Amino acid sequence: MSQLDSASSEATGSMWEAGLWRENPVFVQVLGMCPALAVSNSARNALAMGLATCAVLVLSNTVVACIRSLIPRQVRIACYILVIATFVTCIDYAIQAISLDLHRALGAFISLIVVNCLILGRAESFASKSTMSAAAIDGASMGLGFTLALFMIGAVREVAGSGSLFGISLFGPNFQPWVIMLLPSGGFFALAAWLLVFAAWKERQRPRLQPLEGRAQ
Amino acid sequence: MTEPMATSATAVVKTWQMYRAMVGLGVLCGSLIVTSFLVTRATIAENRRRALDLAVRTVIPGADRIQVFVASSDGGIARGTEDNPGEERVYAAYAADGELLGVAIQGRGLGYQDLISVLYSYDRERQAVTGFAVLDSRETPGLGDRIATDPSFQENFIALDVTLDESGSELLHPIVAVRSGEKQSAWEIDGITGATISSVAVASILRESAARWIPKLNDHWESMRQGG
Repeated sequence: MSQLDSASSEATGSMWEAGLWRENPVFVQVLGMCPALAVSNSARNALAMGLATCAVLVLSNTVVACIRSLIPRQVRIACYILVIATFVTCIDYAIQAISLDLHRALGAFISLIVVNCLILGRAESFASKSTMSAAAIDGASMGLGFTLALFMIGAVREVAGSGSLFGISLFGPNFQPWVIMLLPSGGFFALAAWLLVFAAWKERQRPRLQPLEGRAQ
Repeated sequence: MTEPMATSATAVVKTWQMYRAMVGLGVLCGSLIVTSFLVTRATIAENRRRALDLAVRTVIPGADRIQVFVASSDGGIARGTEDNPGEERVYAAYAADGELLGVAIQGRGLGYQDLISVLYSYDRERQAVTGFAVLDSRETPGLGDRIATDPSFQENFIALDVTLDESGSELLHPIVAVRSGEKQSAWEIDGITGATISSVAVASILRESAARWIPKLNDHWESMRQGG
């Protein structure tokens, strides 16, 4: 029993690691690029968008896993979309109730969570074959991974493009902002910069080739 | 003979399962959406009202009480409510002693990306627009969205001339946007470099809205003054 327990906790740990790092939705799977690049012009917007997506992902994954035995294969995609669209609409109302300013900043991208390929991808590839609790953990880990990635892109763009983080000025009034970082192209630059950092880090992790012996001869 | 019958029976079961899944899920999801709409409706309406109230107090400082007016069917203006979202409204702001401080007018028009919704105040004594705020816009961050934040753009609205002509039915000088730094007359709006389309859009929103509302407000100023 204890062996089973430790095996399952190991599996859970590995799921968290997969979502946040090993299979990060943005940096590794390159999914959900549209909101990742469009709404990440400030740390606050990026965080809000990431958390909204995460909430939809957890709820839809859980419900899809719960009803998976009742859904015939032929209509499964339509059913998943219906579930996802419902939660997106509810989250949309919730954000409007929490803050209208935030809702305005996120604009049309809240509704577009419906077509975020990350969410449908997890429903089809994971939740439709798993238990409810595993699907919920998978949703949370992938959602938080998405949030983390969006926040990392958003923070870089806000610091470079406005000279502030969460609206707090970092460099004083003399800072000349790089407006391009706030424009859509800035999203690509920030994403590329992070991918470069990760690639360089992975390269350093790889064991170095041993120098061939007797090369000097 | 039995084999085709069995196949058709399976097909019927499958069809029924598909209907059950789609319709059942549809009903459940529909109920969930309606429930969340009903639960959040009051809070969202309150948030909208508060945001607008704040905007009116920004463009007309010192306002104590705000009364909504709408265009009535006979061409005049009448007291209105916030209930009808499609209606054009103006907000008369009164000081604590009941004096009419000014009227905030809501205008809307196409910007660079989407509709821009603005609120500006009209001061009848000075025949000028004396305050301006952007209620809603999706202009480019860092460029077009400076219509809401740029201090030098806001300076255009300290006293933007909207004097009426002799007939009192049209503006003497329609509001226009000019290039940054080229403003010469009180009815011109100094544009923002890098946000020409958004600046021109603001000017045309104000021009059209002012041409429609200001003659009407002038005609009914007395009744609005007494409304306080």
